Amino acid sequence: MAEARVLPVAAAGIVLSRRGRRLLDVPEFEISGTGLTVVLGPNGAGKSLLLRVLAGLIEPDGGRVTWAGRPPDRARARRLGFVFQRPVLLRRSAVANIVYALKVTGMDPALRRARADAVLRDARLEGLASSAARLLSGGEQQRLALARALALAPEVLFLDEPTTSLDPASTKAIEDMLKTAALAGTRIVLVTHDTAQARRLADEVVFLHLGRVLERGEARNFFRKSAAPEARAYLEGAILA
Amino acid sequence: MQNFAEEFTEAFRLLARLDADLLAIVALSLRVSLSAALFAALIGLPLGALLAVTRFPGRRLANVVLAALMGLPPVVVGLLVYLLLSNAGALGPLQLLYTPAAMIVAQTLLVAPIIAALARQTIEDLKGEYGEQLAVLGLGPWQQISTLLWEARYSLLTALLAGFGRAIAEVGAVIIVGGNINHVTRVMTTTIALETSKGNLALALGLGVILVAIAVMVNGLVFALRATATRTAHG
Repeated sequence: MAEARVLPVAAAGIVLSRRGRRLLDVPEFEISGTGLTVVLGPNGAGKSLLLRVLAGLIEPDGGRVTWAGRPPDRARARRLGFVFQRPVLLRRSAVANIVYALKVTGMDPALRRARADAVLRDARLEGLASSAARLLSGGEQQRLALARALALAPEVLFLDEPTTSLDPASTKAIEDMLKTAALAGTRIVLVTHDTAQARRLADEVVFLHLGRVLERGEARNFFRKSAAPEARAYLEGAILA
Repeated sequence: MQNFAEEFTEAFRLLARLDADLLAIVALSLRVSLSAALFAALIGLPLGALLAVTRFPGRRLANVVLAALMGLPPVVVGLLVYLLLSNAGALGPLQLLYTPAAMIVAQTLLVAPIIAALARQTIEDLKGEYGEQLAVLGLGPWQQISTLLWEARYSLLTALLAGFGRAIAEVGAVIIVGGNINHVTRVMTTTIALETSKGNLALALGLGVILVAIAVMVNGLVFALRATATRTAHG
């Protein structure tokens, strides 16, 4: 598997507009080091867009993204995992979904099945290995999507509201997997608008509003006394204009 | 007025005794239309996939033209292929006119747009679903196309069956380029047309029964494929 690095993932002068509306305006942003960063903000703040721009999925109108100092490229994309709000699973069995990802990213055929079985075990899905992936429950599907991303041993893992439509037990299962991955050294960036989840997981919080990063800091400080009035209002449950 | 009951009885008698002429006509029909569906798939599937995953100027126009070609009148296709294959045509030297090969060419042209358009729609929908996931895995365009084709396999098989159904049921194109020559280019639909005009309803009815049976089987297969796809969440 390619060992080329992607961290730090950096953005400079990012501007993105659609139909005359400025959706993202991020002069400087960098993901490096270790830990779990939560990107918080109300609906429409630009959280998912920022994640996609950093992952190289969306080309911004202005500015540039770099992975380890170079523009994003296909060869290193596999070092950067992405889990979407709705799990995107192939029309195959659970284990075949993981084996497929390992295959297209160049893993030795002899090692694929063992690796797939190991991550399925970590996701507590070993009993469903041969089940059709798209017939699993919502929580199982998202665990599978996360397991597939982790199977590739990404350097950085982006997650876009992965637990939004899951029940508390499934949410906890995902959160446990994320904590384990973070402890193992995977750099994690999680977009959510669930402040309770952010409190449980975040080492660092980025608060986004109307496409701008209004605050960024250590999670404990952010939740104790956030500097930005919009962030305080958001934490108190107010609707932001 | 003829006695239809007698004609029906005679038709089933022909079927029951596996009349050699009738079987030859059915065999030629299947050979021509299955070949046409196969060639049309070889053209239509990559074309549809390419239109679904690539972006180029005029792509929308290409999609509109392709959709329009789905409804091509068979007689017009027959006429075009006739012009192409006739002695004065560009492919005249091949001497294919009034041969089964000419009929395969005509039906391929008739069916390829159907398969291409259905494939494009299916793969485009799947690309909407999988595009970002395949991109984060670092897949190139050809790897994406092969993955999408495999993911769409059940829908694409349905498209192939739809194409075959259109080919085996059409009469206008094959009668022009095949000429309906006995024991050479006579297929089920052209025989039905000819025998009905001659008043030989028994053979026409016998072939009609087979044609309907094939249509029912094709649709049965489509339903079975859909059911399998849904049952295994491959749909």
